[in-house]
Amino acid sequence: MSSTAVTPPPKKTNRIGLETQVYRGSKTTLCAGCGHNAISERIIDAFYEMGVDPRRVAKLSGIGCSSKSPAYFLGSSHGFNAVHGRMPSVATGALLANRDLLGIGVSGDGDTGAIGIGQFVHLMRRNLPLIYIIEDNGCYGLTKGQFSPTADVGSKLKNGVVNDLPPIDTCALAIELGATFVARSFSGDKKQLLAILKAAIGHRGTCMIDVLSPCVTFNDHEGSTKSYAYAKDHDEPLGSFNFVPFFEDISVEYEPGTTVEVTLHDGSRLLLHKVDGGFDPTSKMDALRVLHESAARGEFATGVLYVEPNKPDFVTVLNVVDEPLASLPLEKLRPPKAALDEIMASLT
Amino acid sequence: MATDLQVAPHAEVPASQRIINDFSIQVATVNGSGSQTANLVLLRSIFQMGVPVSGKNLFPSNIAGLPTWYTIRASRHGYIARKKEIDFLVAMNPETAREDVLALEPGRAVVYDEPLKLNALRDDLVFYPVPFDKLVVEVTRDAKLRRLVRNMIYDGVLARLLNIDLQEMERALGKQLARKAKALVLNKGALELGFKHTDEHLEKRDPFYLEPMNETGGMVLIEGNAAAALGCMMAGVTMVAWYPITPSSSLCETLIDYLRKYRMDKETGKATFAVIQAEDEIAALGMVLGAGWAGARAMTSTSGPGISLMAEFSGLAYYAEIPAVIFDIQRVGPSTGLPTRTAQGDVAFCAALSHGDTKHLLMLPATVEECYTMAMDAFDLAERFQTPVFVLSDLDLGMNNWMARPFSYPDRPIDRGKVLTEETLARIGEWGRYKDVDGDGIPYRTLPGQWGPGFFTRGSGHNAKAQYTERPDDYTRNMDRLARKFETARGHVPKPVVDMRDGAAIGIIAYGSSHVAVEESRDQLAAEANVQTSYLRLRAFPFTPELGTFIDRHDRVYVVEQNRDAQMVMLMRQELSAARIAKLRSVLHYNGLPVDARSVTDGILVQEGLKGEAQPETPRENVVSMVGGE
Repeated sequence: MSSTAVTPPPKKTNRIGLETQVYRGSKTTLCAGCGHNAISERIIDAFYEMGVDPRRVAKLSGIGCSSKSPAYFLGSSHGFNAVHGRMPSVATGALLANRDLLGIGVSGDGDTGAIGIGQFVHLMRRNLPLIYIIEDNGCYGLTKGQFSPTADVGSKLKNGVVNDLPPIDTCALAIELGATFVARSFSGDKKQLLAILKAAIGHRGTCMIDVLSPCVTFNDHEGSTKSYAYAKDHDEPLGSFNFVPFFEDISVEYEPGTTVEVTLHDGSRLLLHKVDGGFDPTSKMDALRVLHESAARGEFATGVLYVEPNKPDFVTVLNVVDEPLASLPLEKLRPPKAALDEIMASLT
Repeated sequence: MATDLQVAPHAEVPASQRIINDFSIQVATVNGSGSQTANLVLLRSIFQMGVPVSGKNLFPSNIAGLPTWYTIRASRHGYIARKKEIDFLVAMNPETAREDVLALEPGRAVVYDEPLKLNALRDDLVFYPVPFDKLVVEVTRDAKLRRLVRNMIYDGVLARLLNIDLQEMERALGKQLARKAKALVLNKGALELGFKHTDEHLEKRDPFYLEPMNETGGMVLIEGNAAAALGCMMAGVTMVAWYPITPSSSLCETLIDYLRKYRMDKETGKATFAVIQAEDEIAALGMVLGAGWAGARAMTSTSGPGISLMAEFSGLAYYAEIPAVIFDIQRVGPSTGLPTRTAQGDVAFCAALSHGDTKHLLMLPATVEECYTMAMDAFDLAERFQTPVFVLSDLDLGMNNWMARPFSYPDRPIDRGKVLTEETLARIGEWGRYKDVDGDGIPYRTLPGQWGPGFFTRGSGHNAKAQYTERPDDYTRNMDRLARKFETARGHVPKPVVDMRDGAAIGIIAYGSSHVAVEESRDQLAAEANVQTSYLRLRAFPFTPELGTFIDRHDRVYVVEQNRDAQMVMLMRQELSAARIAKLRSVLHYNGLPVDARSVTDGILVQEGLKGEAQPETPRENVVSMVGGE
């Protein structure tokens, strides 16, 4: 055997000096080929590439296949697997308690669209600074394939039961309700999903990202609009786009009039190249029109559908102190004796 | 106006037959008519006279137009529980006036709105007709305002009839309407007019009189919900999430007022707290758990229906070990029940709220002081034991005004419980989120975004390292540790207050707002039947060893509760020996009204064989319990 000493190649690190390994989680227990695993990979890539310190990330989820996935990325971050459909409230409390946390919530189409639709609605209204991902496969995987509220009209279960009800478009709903970053992507589109996630990290406000994520076990059959085959054929990107992180000083030049540039909260830039010349991602009306038109054609418009970069987030609206509430010292929390005396005197 | 008077031939009741500082006044009005100001002024002026007093608002679940009764009890003995019998009625509500008058015992007095002609109903009462509509015209020309100041006239009438110093009443009015100069002038006018009218046209013929005492000096009048809010602020609450519900809303609303006044950062003008009115009670508790998990001192306040909705999250908090403070201002259930009436009906439900084997810590405040101190205790216990703590108040305690000594400023720092530090980690070597390092069942936690390793919090099965597991031994080990933690808590919750009487064969156990009725009942039992009793007042669950000792020292132990199913006894059955359980008997009061001493006394005397079956509810109370819409 050779005994020649070999100097190992320097390990690749991100801008805060961490290796990609730090951003990984435990081994997935989801099915092989599940779209959710691909999304976890993109989350790992996005947080690594953006150089986010995992110790300031809070991962949150509800219940279901999707909601198991936060265990499979950012293993050194704190995570909270809440109860079914109620992750938004837990996230709200956590992110108010410590405004320095970067929150990422993972939900599913059932967890969001059925049991959790109430909390989803109010989360969107509040514009809590949270990346909210729906891993959307149109069915309940963990309980063996029942319809979810995003299932296609006419889709059929193995026992022959047909879904008669129209799906909820979570993106249209989020735009209507006040989310300030709304996107749709496909778990198989590595490049687009990664760019969207990185942009979401740069935004401060609610980022609602619906990711079509085929269920290989229960909903990947022919005729399902949530199958790999269908999604690949009917994905209608709103145009290619670039994301320029605030720490990369790249100047990008485009033909005037073909690009919309949006500066995000952290200084990063989102550059969207228009396809049809009419779509403006800062217009709610444009976004809703595109969603309805593409749905009518049986297609999914993907990309960043809507951005409102300057609307104050919920923590700002509540005028909370700059220091995390969770670490305020007692002298800031307990008013002096004079305050109690004053109150008591008013009650005599 | 002489024809208005139902003048009896005799004059004032001779001094020897007068009843001084020991009677009840009931004002029957229509809700939404502004009677609350008049009632509070009446309460406050008696309080200012130094006479022990309590006020209870019996109101319907309605905005305006349904009957409301406000009952004031003056008691020179210091009894502040509800008194069953009404001695002095002010009948302002045409709808209930007839029944209100018919329910009175002979010899009682009635002030009434003259056109109601109530004097025709009975000849064994003293009637005082007052032409309110005619009088109010003299106060203001504005018809809208007349409606609001009309009720203040009866305060003036009562001041004259009951011998309340008019200046004292005007001072109380000034306090009540401190920031409303115009309203103050109008109401003062109404007050004086009522007084003057009575002086000139009515002759005092009933035996009820107030005389100044010196029993309330330096005391305050406060509602239990306001006291609890104050306790939360002093405990350093940083996150409040709530959903409106009677009778709990005023707790968070008062807390918001206090926080906005006393908890804005001086340098930045920013809030050292976050308050959210959530979309429902489920979300409210979810927010509290998220905040508690991240290291905030978080609380919510609700009532029975909200507690029902909070069941799933409560189980998560117990199992994933997240601090939370939950106030339950109990009202009458089941279901919507009687939303504006009082009960102690959530005891058993809260103790084991959620599916699976779940146990929770309960605080049982009986007084406004304890609403204040136990709010602070609850935050400390929640963080010390990393678990939800339920504070079980009720409508009677929470929404009515009670006398109290001014509250003391907290004399100890807050307890943030076991949060892992570098020093602790060096000492214990290896950390696991659910590892019992100290043998007390309480593990160390780390907070997201702060120093220390991360972990994955979940409501699914987990081992000592917070990893997912379905292994039978992991599950059992964790559940046993949780039980051990609960045992540790037994040594830290507020202990009962015990008054042991030598030689007493009978013990009484009570908790919460039943306390004041039991205190009075013990005096009745001694005075009327020569029955001496010991008394143990429970202040928390789990029970402490004092409970068993108390039962052992007595032959029979009566447990007084404001629910149908003897819920506290249910909990005792889980923990006590058969010999101790055999000694327990129940006295139960559950008609929606605060329990009164007479009901407790009769309940015990009947079971002791010293009295026949208790009297059925008076017709008056049956009427009351039927009233109320959504």
